[in-house]
Amino acid sequence: MIALVQVAAEAQNPLLPPIPELVIGLVAFFIVFAFLAKKLLPNINKVLDERHEAIEGGIEKAEALQAEAQDVLEQYKAQLAEARHEAARLRQEAQEQGAALIAEMRVEGQRQREEIIAAGHAQIEADRKQAAQSLRQDVGTLATTLAGKLVGESLEDHARQSRVIDRFLDGLEDSATKAEAVR
Amino acid sequence: MSADQMLAFETDCHIFDGCGFPSPGLHSFVFDPIFSVGGVDFNKPILLALLSTLLVVGFFWAAFNKPKVVPGKLQMVGEAGYDFVRRGIVYETLGQREGKKYVPFMVSLFFLVWIMNLWSIVPFAQFPVTSIIAFPVAMALIVYVTWMTLTFRKHGFGGGLKNITGYDKSLGPVLPMVVVIEFFSNVLVRPFTHAVRLFANMFAGHLLIVMFTIASWYLLNGIGIAYAGVSFVMVIVLTAFELFIQAVQAYVFVLLACNYVQGALAEHH
Repeated sequence: MIALVQVAAEAQNPLLPPIPELVIGLVAFFIVFAFLAKKLLPNINKVLDERHEAIEGGIEKAEALQAEAQDVLEQYKAQLAEARHEAARLRQEAQEQGAALIAEMRVEGQRQREEIIAAGHAQIEADRKQAAQSLRQDVGTLATTLAGKLVGESLEDHARQSRVIDRFLDGLEDSATKAEAVR
Repeated sequence: MSADQMLAFETDCHIFDGCGFPSPGLHSFVFDPIFSVGGVDFNKPILLALLSTLLVVGFFWAAFNKPKVVPGKLQMVGEAGYDFVRRGIVYETLGQREGKKYVPFMVSLFFLVWIMNLWSIVPFAQFPVTSIIAFPVAMALIVYVTWMTLTFRKHGFGGGLKNITGYDKSLGPVLPMVVVIEFFSNVLVRPFTHAVRLFANMFAGHLLIVMFTIASWYLLNGIGIAYAGVSFVMVIVLTAFELFIQAVQAYVFVLLACNYVQGALAEHH
């Protein structure tokens, strides 16, 4: 047995490559290399590139869509802001208009009131004057008649008559103004 | 089949039977030709090497022949393996721009070496093809020729020599020594260690597994049965360990190939 092993070891140094095996090894490598380098790896590289492209393309597409969505969103936001602005402006305007209208009406009302009051005053004054006038005449006539009756003679003399009446009335007015002043 | 190739469990040789331990040895790596074609003897390692070729090509053919953008299962596995070598080894060492050209080369190398290693633990095959020195030498030779060609094509003859010998004027008086050592190391030792590293790992791994397998059988007698159990557990453990070593050795082999190519392409300083 041991002798056989020694024979085998002598016959075949494990570090000395036998030629047929060497050639087979080279052939084996070149066969594998030929198939992989010429056909199979280019095949898979193409597909890997395609996949890369597809993924990249998908990402790009998604990015484009996102950008578009962002744009639209911004547009909407801008529009919304504008609309809000417009609404605020309109409201403001309406408010201002309303205030102006109210102020105007108030002024107008004031004016009308004053007018009415003034007219009323004037009317009253006129009425009073008229009343005073007629009263003066009536009182004069009445007083004269009364005095005539009391005196028994007609105070024909107009000049005297009117002088007496005027004096009387002045006396009345004087007392009236005094009373007013006191009051 | 000659007597020195007889497997341990084909005999009735057990401990305490007055039978010596039929230890594995160099004879475990010698195979008789199964058939001959035109003066070439086809034995088990050669057949396994050819089967490896067929397997690698077959697998990648099935995975990548009609690839789809949305991959099937097989294509996904193929892509994972392809990407491992491409990104994990080639682009890491050579960079994507420089490395692109060498990807098919390194992918072929990695998968062929790996599958050749893998036979070690495949039932019925149970022999790593790369433990026959000719196969690692063939692979290392291809890498050697490649990086030598690249060196001289890139730098010209003088520049190529300078690149290989690490020529650097600033070294002064030690320059001759450095040149001699670098030349020796790069031109002669490198391809040798490149091939032998793979070979020796596979050789030793196979020897260990065979050792414990034979021992499991040999110890199967009397009290030896307990030891046989331990030995069998070792077979399982070593098989798992080999699975790891096979991948690591294929990885290292290709990584070194990439390093050599990178050295050839590097600007000398």
